Amino acid sequence: MDLFIINIIDGLIYGLLLFMLSSGLTLIFSMMGVLNLSHAAFYMLGAYLAYQISVFTGFWVGLIVAPILVTILGAAVERYGLRRVHQYGHVPELIFTFGLFFVIEELVQYIWGRSMVNYNSPESLDFIAFSLAGGTIPAYKVFMLLTSVGIFVALYYVLAKTRVGMIIQAALSYPKTVEALGHNVPLVFMGVFGVGTGLAGLAGVIAGPSLTTFPGMAFLLGSIVFVCVVVGGLGSLFGAFVASLLIGWLQTFAASYNVGAADILIAFGYEFPKDVYYHPWRDLWTLTLPQIGPILPYILLILVLVFRPNGLFGKRET
Amino acid sequence: MKLFKKIASFVLATGVFFSSSVYADTIKIAFIDPLSGPFATTGTIGLAEWKFAVEKLVNEKGGVLGGKKMEVVALDNKMDGKESLVQVQVAIDQGIRFIAQGNSSGIANAITDMVKKHNKRNPDKQVIFINYSAVDPALTNDKCNFWHFRFDANADIKMDVITDVIADTSGIDKMYLIGQDYSFGKAVAAAAEKYLAQKTSIEIVGNELHPIGRVKDFTPYARKILASGADAVITGNWGADMVNLGRSLKESGFDGPVYCYYCATAGITRTFGASGEGMLNLVGEGFMNPANPELLAYVKEFKAKYPEADMSQARITNAVPMIAKAIEKAGSATDMVKIAYALEGMEHYNDLLKTKVVMRTKDHQAIQNMHVGIHTKDVEIDFDNSGYGIKGYKTVEMASMDSASTCKMKRP
Repeated sequence: MDLFIINIIDGLIYGLLLFMLSSGLTLIFSMMGVLNLSHAAFYMLGAYLAYQISVFTGFWVGLIVAPILVTILGAAVERYGLRRVHQYGHVPELIFTFGLFFVIEELVQYIWGRSMVNYNSPESLDFIAFSLAGGTIPAYKVFMLLTSVGIFVALYYVLAKTRVGMIIQAALSYPKTVEALGHNVPLVFMGVFGVGTGLAGLAGVIAGPSLTTFPGMAFLLGSIVFVCVVVGGLGSLFGAFVASLLIGWLQTFAASYNVGAADILIAFGYEFPKDVYYHPWRDLWTLTLPQIGPILPYILLILVLVFRPNGLFGKRET
Repeated sequence: MKLFKKIASFVLATGVFFSSSVYADTIKIAFIDPLSGPFATTGTIGLAEWKFAVEKLVNEKGGVLGGKKMEVVALDNKMDGKESLVQVQVAIDQGIRFIAQGNSSGIANAITDMVKKHNKRNPDKQVIFINYSAVDPALTNDKCNFWHFRFDANADIKMDVITDVIADTSGIDKMYLIGQDYSFGKAVAAAAEKYLAQKTSIEIVGNELHPIGRVKDFTPYARKILASGADAVITGNWGADMVNLGRSLKESGFDGPVYCYYCATAGITRTFGASGEGMLNLVGEGFMNPANPELLAYVKEFKAKYPEADMSQARITNAVPMIAKAIEKAGSATDMVKIAYALEGMEHYNDLLKTKVVMRTKDHQAIQNMHVGIHTKDVEIDFDNSGYGIKGYKTVEMASMDSASTCKMKRP
């Protein structure tokens, strides 16, 4: 039971981190109708920029400045790249972001090298927040949790309660009408793309010290973010929130419990082979939940697409 | 075709000319390891160590065979098996007779097969394979051959040493084994199970493999390890998987030792920093700390020349002079059979490390002093320019000297 509670907390922290990435992605998709394949690259860029800034000025300045830099860069990418490609349709846009992913990833490795960099949590958060069931939750994890919740609340407030949010929501569904009413829709697009990538950058800034800042980080988290967005329903912020938490818990619990195929097979009345290492079904008998953990979200993705193509909370066809 | 050959030889000649000032009559060693791509850091560090060792330990001491210099020719295999074999062929075509490789046992397996075949078919152009890092036990057991020499301790020897230390450490009753899900991770787990059962009554409370390079967050693994009540952890993890595992353990409140194969240098020591103190126990040969004056001077000079690299693979300072000695003894740099015979069974005293190393005749596995050291700030020679390094606290003299080998070597 103790392990269960601590897993709930760990999964929540991880899920909220995923949400910070998927919220930006789903916003951008709602706006432009295109999946930003380079999203994870901005996440990586955020971590590396924050690392570089933290070398000179410490963690806290990096926390503020790096996401702003990523936002500006994201806005510039939209203004001078995507907007030009936009007129040719969605496929060229998709390919554009696909290429951008590799350009950013290689650029980061070119500048900061191919080994991991020493980006750590600030000393002021280097203490144990609380202990639970013999395990400890470091203060930095609590900080991650609070930041993510803060972002969710702020985002929700802006979209639901402010005038800017109203225009964005309107532009999501009826861009032509909004434009006809005198709003600068391209500016809204640029803003949303900038803020979306900025959120990815912020996720990188706070994930960097915890999940390690290294060249493979974008690749590692890139694909899972798409799963969150699709499962939650493309364009649905609330859906992305639910799906991120779901996948966070799914992965945490899968890695945590060593339930094996053997347990299930035995429960069904099969007998455990004597010399399992030479058994023809060895791979099946020795399979455990943590080993298949990383593919569980993708199974979920396929199931959702088959049985509920709109995603859990999506309003339109994916 | 003739024109092509002319152009090729011209390009080659100019390339050699620009790459080296002593191009004339050198004894060349082909260094085949990743020099580009994600694993370039490791390869580049190895290359620096090879170049420096050749310069300092052979060329500046008067060379071999009455003044001939040795030279390292760098060939990039991009950490790819196929590319490695192409590069071996390139080396052979250039008339190079020594092939040095270390990163990845998979590649080493491919090279040792190729070298074996090549030497059988081309007795006039035989080559010797200097394996300075690949630790798959098979290379000096079932797959051994006369042309392969391993200078690192294999995975079994390392586990033998780790378990010796564990047996002497009080307070370890429960052990957790965790590794990456591939051949090396499995070999480590199997060796750990075997030796722990032989030497101790320690209970193995967990033995699991996780997908390699795909685990985003190691926290649940750390929680599980903690919940299992383990007092210590053994892992063969490397790269980001090593760092993330170690960090998650620390953050989750695990305060026991972690025994590891690859938890230092190449960014790992720097990334761990203070958080690795007292936790990481590395097994290896030729530790730098505590240092002696000769070693300190050597490393200082090395760092002056290659500030970004580390002297992390002391075995290279065994391999280089031993090759030189074998050439000297054979009286030829091209009679590879003679050189290989000179190399097998050779006893060498390493002036820098102040230890002996023996190239075991029966399987061409170097037998040397092995150490277990701890990640600490209390070092004279650090890694990653971080102030932290590995300080040896336990030495096993001539580790696994009498260990068995299934090698049935055919000698020419």
